[in-house]
Amino acid sequence: MNKYWHVIGVGVQNNLTYRFNFLARTLFGFIPLLAVVFLWRTIFAGKGAGATVATFTLAQMTSYYLIVTLADALTAVNEDDWQIAADIKDGNISQFLLKPVDYLYFRFCLYLSGRLTYITVAALPIGLLIFSLREYFVLPPDGLTFGLFLVSLFLTALLQFLLSYTMAMLAFWVLEVSTFIFILYAFEYIASGHMFPLDILPPAIKQALFFTPFPYQLYFPVGVYMGKITGTELIRGLVMQTGWVVVAYSLARFAWQRGLRKYSAVGG
Amino acid sequence: MSQAPKVESREPGPPESAASALDPRPSTLVRYLGIYAALWKNSVTRETMFKGNFLLWILVEIIWFALQLTFIGVLFLHTDTIGSWTKWQVVLLVGASQFIQQIYQAFFLINCVNLSELVRTGKMDFLLLLPVNTRFVLSLRQVDLGGFVNASFGAVVILYAARQIPITPSVATVLGFLALCIVGVLIHYCLMFMLATVSFWTVRAQGIVYGYYNLFNIARLPDEAFRGVFKAVFTFVLPMLLVSNVPVRLLTDTLQSQAWLLLLLGMAGVCALASEWVWRISLRRYTSASS
Repeated sequence: MNKYWHVIGVGVQNNLTYRFNFLARTLFGFIPLLAVVFLWRTIFAGKGAGATVATFTLAQMTSYYLIVTLADALTAVNEDDWQIAADIKDGNISQFLLKPVDYLYFRFCLYLSGRLTYITVAALPIGLLIFSLREYFVLPPDGLTFGLFLVSLFLTALLQFLLSYTMAMLAFWVLEVSTFIFILYAFEYIASGHMFPLDILPPAIKQALFFTPFPYQLYFPVGVYMGKITGTELIRGLVMQTGWVVVAYSLARFAWQRGLRKYSAVGG
Repeated sequence: MSQAPKVESREPGPPESAASALDPRPSTLVRYLGIYAALWKNSVTRETMFKGNFLLWILVEIIWFALQLTFIGVLFLHTDTIGSWTKWQVVLLVGASQFIQQIYQAFFLINCVNLSELVRTGKMDFLLLLPVNTRFVLSLRQVDLGGFVNASFGAVVILYAARQIPITPSVATVLGFLALCIVGVLIHYCLMFMLATVSFWTVRAQGIVYGYYNLFNIARLPDEAFRGVFKAVFTFVLPMLLVSNVPVRLLTDTLQSQAWLLLLLGMAGVCALASEWVWRISLRRYTSASS
């Protein structure tokens, strides 16, 4: 166990080298976020006072994007998938076949350290953003909801990491994985609720989406936080989310096993 | 709504064959056209080496474009207008900004992104030694042919949306629209080039360059959605709210006054001057590395 703590420490140090890169990323990321909030304001203004869009008031809509930003900062995969693919392509994984270190756990530690560093650097700008829009920032209805939010957020983090890890395993078979990563990313972007709350989709499409892993990568914890998902729906969601984590983990292990058979340790 | 850039792993190609295109002493324009033709030939050769990948990148761009259109479609399930913009006007705007962005990508993007790598590795030396304008080779070395394919999808969406609105612009208006699109492309280029030259100071400017993608996201939204400082900044400092909104307003005949045209052209001039100025200062900072 100790060795993995060490990996986290080294990861944090590595990431700190690029703290300005992180900061630039966070700040630039606010631009589209603010743009969408402005867009919704204009839409709500056109509909008149007290209007709602799919049960969302303007305040809730703004709040939704703020919590998405927060949840995303806590769980998003940064460059892990690129790095894993590069490790495979360049033959860097050979050393893990010899050392008593599990590559999946090793990468997970690096992912955690990436998130830790990101949060540290981004805390100030995100804090300022939430403060400046504080009248729209809602707190969860009660302590239990908040607890369940944290649980589902942790599962989200696992799912995010495992899916990227599995995707990066493609590097065993194809030379260029970036196109595949961007295609998956596009689906995640819209179907995970990054662009808009899934509630504004036609009901049939929304329900269909909940059979895919995408909503559990972001929308679900945010919905729980906002009290939009409650009762049996919440329980069922958590079960589904756990199920997808298990599936993703099995896929990741399976792809790694199969990949190693193909692996020829180029340059390693 | 950020769209990730797609330039991860393309190697900057060798510029040698550009030099071979030099005739003894033709006029400057002919000479540069000759060089540029050679650069095109290089790029075509490069793309044909990785056909599958070439098609996959086009697929990636199509999916992201479809995503933007879906977003607009879903928004308009819940509203009839955004400000005074109707659904098909916004669709036309998304199409137009895709068109502008893709043309920009075809000519300039890879080159802007590669700049910081050239500085970091010291490969800039070779370009500085070539007997041509350095900014010229630097900006136009590679052509991304996929950009033209993707731009044509943008054009299809523009045409379809124009029929739905419906509008029947005169030939002069269409030409004006196209000219303003070119101005938009040049604004994107000047701003991005300016950002890329930051790498002369920080060595690693990739984060900043990728950050520019977030700006494209604003360019495809209707200007009326914005107010206050945000609108001022993205009109008078980084004129994102002008680059595609003004051409589309010209085409759909919703331009409130001619002043917007002048503003767009004026801002293009300012951006061009600023980027040349920053480029010249930055170049003085260049100290080669490890060669």
